[in-house]
Amino acid sequence: MHDLFIAPFAEFEFMRRALVGMLALSLGAAPIGVFLMLRRMSLTGDAMAHAILPGAALGFLVAGFNLFAMTLGGIAAGFAVAIGAGVVARVTQLKEDASLAAFYLVSLALGVLIVSMRGSNIDLLHVLFGSVLALDNATLILLAAFATVTLLVLAVVWRPLVLECVDPGFLRSVSRAGAPVHIAFMALVVLNLVGGFHALGTLLAVGIMMLPAIAARFWATDLTRMIAIAVAVAFASGYGGLLLSYHLGAPSGPAIILVAGVLYAASLALGPVGGLRRRFAPGRHLEA
Amino acid sequence: MKNAVRFRDLTLGYDRHPAVHHLNGEVADGTLLALVGPNGAGKSTLLKGIVGLLPPLAGTIERGVPASDVAYLPQIAEIDRSFPIAVYDLVAMGLWRKAGLLGRIGRNERATIGKALATVGLEGFEDRAIGTLSGGQMQRALFARLLLQDARLILLDEPFTSLDSGTVADLLELIRRWHVEERTVITVLHDYEIVRARFPEALLLARSPVAWGPTAEVLKPENLLRARRMSEAFDDRAAVCEVHTEHAA
Repeated sequence: MHDLFIAPFAEFEFMRRALVGMLALSLGAAPIGVFLMLRRMSLTGDAMAHAILPGAALGFLVAGFNLFAMTLGGIAAGFAVAIGAGVVARVTQLKEDASLAAFYLVSLALGVLIVSMRGSNIDLLHVLFGSVLALDNATLILLAAFATVTLLVLAVVWRPLVLECVDPGFLRSVSRAGAPVHIAFMALVVLNLVGGFHALGTLLAVGIMMLPAIAARFWATDLTRMIAIAVAVAFASGYGGLLLSYHLGAPSGPAIILVAGVLYAASLALGPVGGLRRRFAPGRHLEA
Repeated sequence: MKNAVRFRDLTLGYDRHPAVHHLNGEVADGTLLALVGPNGAGKSTLLKGIVGLLPPLAGTIERGVPASDVAYLPQIAEIDRSFPIAVYDLVAMGLWRKAGLLGRIGRNERATIGKALATVGLEGFEDRAIGTLSGGQMQRALFARLLLQDARLILLDEPFTSLDSGTVADLLELIRRWHVEERTVITVLHDYEIVRARFPEALLLARSPVAWGPTAEVLKPENLLRARRMSEAFDDRAAVCEVHTEHAA
């Protein structure tokens, strides 16, 4: 047992670092994922994740694998696309999902092109799928800082954010906090996707955000509990995925997301809230 | 007597088309006013104007109370009933202005919330998810939230639509209490029986005001007939309105 579950982390520093990185990522990204899901913006997260690529790629073009250049580029590109898609949706007839789709497809193509101009195919793989096993101190501190900022900002905007989700009309009638809160929330989405980008790459960063959140939906009817479960599922995916990749020699990013996928499937089948179990084995009805 | 709301040559509308046309008058503080009229007569629009969600096309609305003292229950609340939140927390939102971002919900506040839930008959529903409420229970919860808002001016847009008579009676009792407490209540209603029985004052609107005063006067058959005739649909090619009333600036 010890060999299977603990030894890899006890023996290798890179495994410990990866585990700490996944903990930070789980604490920040999973709660954001829950809000995205509840606002029916699950695919927005996906689109935004692709959108940060050209920014990070530009950073790479200028400075190589430099943490700050790529982070800054990613954050800038994420904001640009979020604002751009919002403006297009408001000014023209296009709905926000369509304009986001347009922006992110272009972003993805542009990002891949820019990385290929300077780097090798290995670099491209690194950017697309991340390198959770190669987290250095600076990256770990960055991930921890993002998680801290996320939790602090969520604590401050919690009430209006929930209100904006449940009853936006009421929020409008009692307060002007709606727009600033929405912007703060989108900023957190970008921040966590950029964090996820460093560990899991462009294509998988959104996985650790959304899959645990969607899985948690099947276990809780209460927002706070749902978020706690999402964080736990995210971290369990990180832990399980790292073990899987260690023992099987599989790439770690995809292994982590696959474990999250398995947990999602299990929740779908077994979760007590609105899952398959309720549908196919509802149990006998209760007394009135 | 102070005015809760005063309209001066007020025109409200969408896309330059008036939905409320040249309305003058005032609602005295503490009035229990029913807002009646056919569909499309501008009743909901007028409430939105009073709340401040819709800027006037012309004229002015003066409110005698600050925005923080207005409570508004829209006709179709945009509530996401699939959101995982308990009845207790939905009702507690009524304390937003007092508690704000980070204000503590302490023992006093919890007692107030509990009392509001008991008043609307939702004791024991605290932990239920809002998705499990029936239509009537949901409306009761929203009234509990209004109670917590503790506003001087309360605007209700068709609050009794598709509710059973027991629920309507309970909610009417709450409105009566607000009236006794000298709050100003403006309610959009279609049920003339309820208006006649419970509302001392009425405003009959058919985009332009048809009659405003004591309910028995306002709801005379000739007024109702006139209101029905006046409420035709928007004319897309309507000319620019040239009416100037004495109040117009």
